[in-house]
Amino acid sequence: MTILLAIILLPLVGAAVVAPLRGNDRLATATALGFSLATLALVVPLWLSYDPDGARLQQTSSVDWIPPFDIHISFGIDGIALLMIAVIGVLVPMIIGLVGVTDKLPEGRSAGGYLSLILVQQSLTIAVFAATDVFLFYVLFEIMLIPMYFLIGGYGGRSRQYAAVKFFLYSFLGGLIMLAAAIGAYVQAADQLGEGTFDWQTLAQVVPQAPLTTQIWLFLGFFLAFAIKAPLVPLHTWLPDAAGEAPIGVVVLLVGVLDKVGTFGFLRYSIPLFPDASQELAPLVLGLAVAGVLYGSTLAAGQRDMKRFIAYVSIAHFGFIALGIFAFTTQAQVGAVTYMLNHSLATGMLIIVIGMVIARGGSTTISAYGGMAKLTPLLAGLFLIAGLSTLSLPGTNSFVSEFLVLIGSFDTQPVFTAFATVGMVLAAVYVLWLYQRVMQGSLRGDALLGAAGGPGAVEAPETGAKKTIRDVSWRELAVLTPLVVLVIGLGFYPKPALDVVNPVVGETVSIVSVTEGSNE
Amino acid sequence: MPQQFLAQGGAIPMPQIDYGAVMPVLIVLSAAAIGVLLEAFLPKHQRWSVQVTLSLAAVVGAGVALGAYLSGAPDGGVTTFKADGAVAGAIAVDAPTLFLWGTLLALGLASLLMIGDRSLEPGGAFVSQAGLQGGGLQTRERANTTGMQTEIFPLSLFALGGMMTFVAANDLLTMFIALEVLSLPLYLMCGLARRRRLLSQEAAVKYFLLGAFASAFFLYGIALLYGYAGSVKLGAIAAATAGTDRSDTLLYAGIALVVVGLLFKGSVGPFHTWTPDVYQGAPTPVTGFMAACTKVAAFGAMLRVLTVAFEPASWEWEIPLWLIAVISMAIGAILGLTQRDLKRMIAYSSIAHAGFLVVGAMTLTEDGLSATLFYLLAYGFTTLAVFGVISLVRDANGEATDLSSWAGLAKRSPLVAGVFTFLLLALAGIPLTSGFIGKFAVFSAAIDNGNAALVVIALVASAIAAFFYLRVVVLMYFSEPAPEGPAVSVPGAFTTAAITLGTVATLVLGVLPAFALDWASAGGFAP
Repeated sequence: MTILLAIILLPLVGAAVVAPLRGNDRLATATALGFSLATLALVVPLWLSYDPDGARLQQTSSVDWIPPFDIHISFGIDGIALLMIAVIGVLVPMIIGLVGVTDKLPEGRSAGGYLSLILVQQSLTIAVFAATDVFLFYVLFEIMLIPMYFLIGGYGGRSRQYAAVKFFLYSFLGGLIMLAAAIGAYVQAADQLGEGTFDWQTLAQVVPQAPLTTQIWLFLGFFLAFAIKAPLVPLHTWLPDAAGEAPIGVVVLLVGVLDKVGTFGFLRYSIPLFPDASQELAPLVLGLAVAGVLYGSTLAAGQRDMKRFIAYVSIAHFGFIALGIFAFTTQAQVGAVTYMLNHSLATGMLIIVIGMVIARGGSTTISAYGGMAKLTPLLAGLFLIAGLSTLSLPGTNSFVSEFLVLIGSFDTQPVFTAFATVGMVLAAVYVLWLYQRVMQGSLRGDALLGAAGGPGAVEAPETGAKKTIRDVSWRELAVLTPLVVLVIGLGFYPKPALDVVNPVVGETVSIVSVTEGSNE
Repeated sequence: MPQQFLAQGGAIPMPQIDYGAVMPVLIVLSAAAIGVLLEAFLPKHQRWSVQVTLSLAAVVGAGVALGAYLSGAPDGGVTTFKADGAVAGAIAVDAPTLFLWGTLLALGLASLLMIGDRSLEPGGAFVSQAGLQGGGLQTRERANTTGMQTEIFPLSLFALGGMMTFVAANDLLTMFIALEVLSLPLYLMCGLARRRRLLSQEAAVKYFLLGAFASAFFLYGIALLYGYAGSVKLGAIAAATAGTDRSDTLLYAGIALVVVGLLFKGSVGPFHTWTPDVYQGAPTPVTGFMAACTKVAAFGAMLRVLTVAFEPASWEWEIPLWLIAVISMAIGAILGLTQRDLKRMIAYSSIAHAGFLVVGAMTLTEDGLSATLFYLLAYGFTTLAVFGVISLVRDANGEATDLSSWAGLAKRSPLVAGVFTFLLLALAGIPLTSGFIGKFAVFSAAIDNGNAALVVIALVASAIAAFFYLRVVVLMYFSEPAPEGPAVSVPGAFTTAAITLGTVATLVLGVLPAFALDWASAGGFAP
């Protein structure tokens, strides 16, 4: 058994152990935390054993599953998948650490069910990044929706049912269309080799030979699924609802990790399988990407709800990532891949900090807060770090990625890049304005001062604020410290991430440029 | 023809019959005949136990006979069954027939278990006297007295025997007789519900009237095809189609009428209008039996007719069937959204599934055949288990099939809600369920055959249909239970066995489908 398989299976075992612990929330949380930390510990040897200059897929393993269709259960990782798996490994213990403190479950719900769903989600998400059989990828892509559906629908806010169903149906439809395209790729293989297959490596050699029109149709099938997942405008409308209703930990998982499956899909499936079509349709994708940057940024600035704010920030960032991927230069694509990592860390941190604000004030409305820094100076400082990383200030991790994306894309796509740069300015607007409204100025807002008569409306005599509002607790600090270290550390020393990513990206870009050369 | 008979001196030659091959059908039908006699001679209190034993033994015995024939086949392999019709060409026992027989027997066994259950409702789900009218206090009292109409067992066996003959029939007349043998008992069975007598009787009458029309269409189609080809044998019709100067009008009208008859039985839109009412009104075990087995029989026969008889004329019926598939999927998926009653919702789901099956049935390749066969097997088990679960949730008036009464079910009985969720996900075609593998097989065969546009439509329909399955999941898990909601009955051994069988089959066929796909692709139809 490879380390990779162990990483996929361990959270599942954890879920099975945690699920029956319904009566005892503390024990369930501790057990789940133990399993997630053990999984994180396994990521270390996985990272160390990965050879950036070795074969494209490493840690491979394969078992027959459905022989009549030549379908295998096969896993393996490349540098991009490794990064994503590492991020999941880092984020899940934090999500679990927040349960019961920042992330309060609805009345009458035990933590056991919630935590086991989180662990199942972790396992499936790792598996989806590790799958090297296109059919298996599709299966996991759809199965992955089920725990998330129950997480949003079972533990979310007031209109959680609507959000859960909308989330599920969008992704399910996208997945089905992708299935049709995957079958199309299978048929292409059958035409050329005499025998169909879903093996990614074989398909990556066979499908690019297909005629351009076929490639374009198949590309569009995959693209729809990934564009819904990653959300690109105009297929994004499920995300603000889902993120607005889901509990904070689930939002971290959803925005930080799950949505990356979309951009990962562009890199692993869309471009290597359909290089000619990727070239042909790049302007379309770039157009959507830049539209996403501008639209997401503008709407983020106009949000009244903090959780929906995060969703629109992410839509803007996914625009940047898509721009970097489809600019087809190594620099831009390396930027995009590290952006996937850094967005998870920076936005993940921002979500957690906002979750802490909401847990204290009990409201998600921005205007219910004001001057909070006076009550919780440490939380305000952490909020600022997360915000500055989100707006890509030099010295934070996101700056490296965003800079690489823009400078790399400018070579090939100057017009699109020029528009996207406006997004950087808008990012400063929406982040700083949010910080100003929530943290600075005189103490104000219903959430902090407490409406008369409500529970927790006991006022502290000297400030008039609710007594319940305290600064960051030790446990919350323990969750956030690693993130602060990563955000600033990767800002000054991004080399470890770049090293892992560079060879894979070089290969992906070369696929496109080689076919481009042969076309001319 | 008369001259021939005269020349033979009036003696009709004895046909050669391969008894080993048709033994499963013979066992089922003779058990049905014995069952009728038992009704006449046994005292009322003994009938239920004897009938249950007899019919279960008959189905199991038929399964054993089928297994014995399979293992005793000339080369011991699955692929080498006699390609020629076993009984003078009227019945063809070929690889698809054997697969369908196996499917029908397994589904029939599970249905009989549900029909025989007496734990959920005192005395069983069926009325004590079929003649009881609906309404009125007296009637309700009599309907509630224990004891049930045990003719249901021989009737089910007759229907099952008819279905088995239907899928094996190699000429249109045999097919018509089998159609009647399977339909007439079903009409009766629909009217036997213990509760909600009026709905049940309405269902029976509606099914009978519309079914009679469909049979008439079918028969008229046979007459036209006989006029065209001079034979009712499927092979002869195919031979006549290939290059003649006979009237095409007869052929096209004949094909249209015969296919309409089959589409009616398979509840394919736009010939589906009976389905919601009948599914809702019929006793739930019978609904399960109809939804699972009738669909298998209808599509089994349709596959054979399209492949063996009408393949040379495929360019004539492809476009109409394409449209019919789209219409059926659209009706099922869209009207399913508006349903408030669970049984009606599953009825519309079955119409949508019929559309998917048409996509498979019109793909006349080896892959298309095996995919459709697999789909039938998978769908049958899932839908049977669905109706099994529906029969568990009851309030004072019997089954609580209104959607609103299922709210918050997961809080009260997590196991039932979990099983039902899994089955609904299978109907929606989520991976790791049999429903997904079935859809995948059918769609990949259709794409391979150059029908990508139809597949995309089918996928969109699947996504729409997923919405109403999810709605039930949402209700069960995320809604607060109604204060005076229904209770979940603890099922007896019979229903438990049926639901377990269906659920396990749904899981196994979804996770490890290779063996069943191999069986389904064992061979094609005998020419």
